[in-house]
Amino acid sequence: MSSRAFVFIIPVIIIAIFWAMAKIEYRNNNDPTRKGYFERNGKVLGIAFIVLVAFWTLFLVGLPYLYMIVESFHPQLPPSKRGGPDDILTIAQYQSFVLSKHTEGINWLHISSLGFTIFVSIVVTALNFCICYPLAYYMAQAGAPQKVRLLMLCLIVPYWVNEILRAFSLRLLLASKGLINQVLMWSGFTDVPIDFLGNNTGLYVGLSYAYLLVMMFPLYNAIESLDKNQIEAARDLGAPWWRIHKDVVIPYAKPGIASGCTMVFMLSAGSLAAPQFLGGPRMLWFTAIIYDFFFQNFNWARGAAYAFILLAVCIALVMLLLRLFKVSLGETIR
Amino acid sequence: MSAGVELDHITVRFGEFTAVDNATLDIKGGEFFSFLGPSGCGKTTILRTVSGFLEPSEGTVRIAGQDMRGIGPNKRPTALIFQNLALFPLMSVAENITYGLRVRGVGKADRRKKADELLELIALPGQGDKLVSELSGGQKQRVAIARALAVQPQVLLLDEPLSALDLKLRQHMRNELRAIQQLVGITFIYITHDQGEALTMSDRIAVMSDGVIQQVADGKSVYDDPKTAFVASFVGENNAFAGTVTRADGDYAVVETAFGPLRGRNSHGLRPGGRAILFIRPESARLSAGPSDATFSSKVKNVAFEGNMSHVFLEGIGKKDVTVTVGRQDGAAIPGQDEIAAISYDPNLGLVLPEGKMARE
Repeated sequence: MSSRAFVFIIPVIIIAIFWAMAKIEYRNNNDPTRKGYFERNGKVLGIAFIVLVAFWTLFLVGLPYLYMIVESFHPQLPPSKRGGPDDILTIAQYQSFVLSKHTEGINWLHISSLGFTIFVSIVVTALNFCICYPLAYYMAQAGAPQKVRLLMLCLIVPYWVNEILRAFSLRLLLASKGLINQVLMWSGFTDVPIDFLGNNTGLYVGLSYAYLLVMMFPLYNAIESLDKNQIEAARDLGAPWWRIHKDVVIPYAKPGIASGCTMVFMLSAGSLAAPQFLGGPRMLWFTAIIYDFFFQNFNWARGAAYAFILLAVCIALVMLLLRLFKVSLGETIR
Repeated sequence: MSAGVELDHITVRFGEFTAVDNATLDIKGGEFFSFLGPSGCGKTTILRTVSGFLEPSEGTVRIAGQDMRGIGPNKRPTALIFQNLALFPLMSVAENITYGLRVRGVGKADRRKKADELLELIALPGQGDKLVSELSGGQKQRVAIARALAVQPQVLLLDEPLSALDLKLRQHMRNELRAIQQLVGITFIYITHDQGEALTMSDRIAVMSDGVIQQVADGKSVYDDPKTAFVASFVGENNAFAGTVTRADGDYAVVETAFGPLRGRNSHGLRPGGRAILFIRPESARLSAGPSDATFSSKVKNVAFEGNMSHVFLEGIGKKDVTVTVGRQDGAAIPGQDEIAAISYDPNLGLVLPEGKMARE
């Protein structure tokens, strides 16, 4: 049986599992007053719900990913040879990430690109946290309602502007003859323009800016529900301001912080546009490699393998950090 | 060690609104002092001013004789117990209690010792490792007290801490608070709108209304000898009869009321012609005829039997009934509904006060 056909059998298996679960639930349900699923919803609606949910989970969520996983374990073949004797299961695509096909050595180029992507994403996450925490705290606890509304508007309005326009206007600001360099040179701070785009400042700024709100809202939500009296109680007991944050606010907002950091990190590591427009000429962003495999080399197999490598590394890192900071995954989606 | 608190012409304004108006007070060290008043009267504002969360717009707060201007709440020798207690939910009971010591850099062993000591004091020995959420309402209350006492404040400020408890527990905690205060001997400043709490626990009470301190006295004086119409109507039940003073002789004045001329003690020295209110407490009135200028009659609306006493409600002026409380041992016959009953009182227990703002019903 071809492995691709196997993918399409999985939905049938899943449906069978669900059906079995329903059967078991029905059998164990001895309480005569409790109504069964079909009794509650009626036959027509009941079937409609099941079909719609099954369609959504299987065809829109499950299958495409499953197909990609299977694809990543295949060799790259021209369409005529697909399904032929050469179409075998292989881990060659994953291997190629570690061992270069051309030089027979370690594939430093791609490994370092992944490392760089992860590193930048961590820095961007940290940067965003440092920017958003004071803002979120001010908006949630300290600010007057009028000012908070204005601030919120100022935060949201820039996101009406589309990503390309935002990225290129940042380029204009940061370019060698851009506004910032002109101001710096005019004020005598520097004689030669600073290469903000070449040294990746643009990359950090662009990514941080792109995902600022993603950090902002979970933080704001978490801090907003903290009882003001808790802060005052800590202060009354003699705590200086930094201790209040360390002992009272941050432990309370930890799930929100974890949620914001996870999202910013994941989105940042998987972003495509900002690194392309604002990154330096010498840097290689990992998603750009994946993009090229898919659209330049038409090597879907290797592209899929690389995408799953990125996903696995990101998930592993996030899980590790959640474990380290003692936050459960369930808490972050509260 | 306990310290006195002096409020020297304190005024607190929020924009146009004056929350506290020219309050001057001298709370002695070791005193159990209460601020009593309806919500919005400015008592919490005074508390926040003493604790340092608010700076007064005018005037000076002195604690132990020292001017507190510019000294933050974390630097004042006060500790505040919040209305909702504000215990830290993510910390254990012991961590809560010793938080103030932790931020002062006290070592772990000493903190543990202090926590055990305080848990003993609040009758929760060995419960330091519990989470706050595992405690009952009364236990949380005591943990909040212990947390405040741990930093050895000279003044303990309490912002209606009993209001969240049920009636039985509240009455029990009154005695407990009083006992703790006498044990530790520090100054307690207690905020409440519950006159029962203020009367049972306090050495002295300041009754407040609309940001103004109406009267400062011990509980008995506040009840027996209120200085303003507000205090008379806010503290305890009172029957009010508004009218004009027609005669003033010696210690007494006669007020022409809707029930005719009635006599009472003229503690303010009101002159004839002035507007006045005569106050008669329900328990001071009797259902029998007495001297003509201390007797009136009205129709009985209904009678509420409360076991050890009965409240007789008679038609009054406007919507407000006249209440007469009859004790069981008084042996007085209680009239039936719609009967006309004579009501008399000892003129010494009728109090004539200048007309003024009354407490809302």
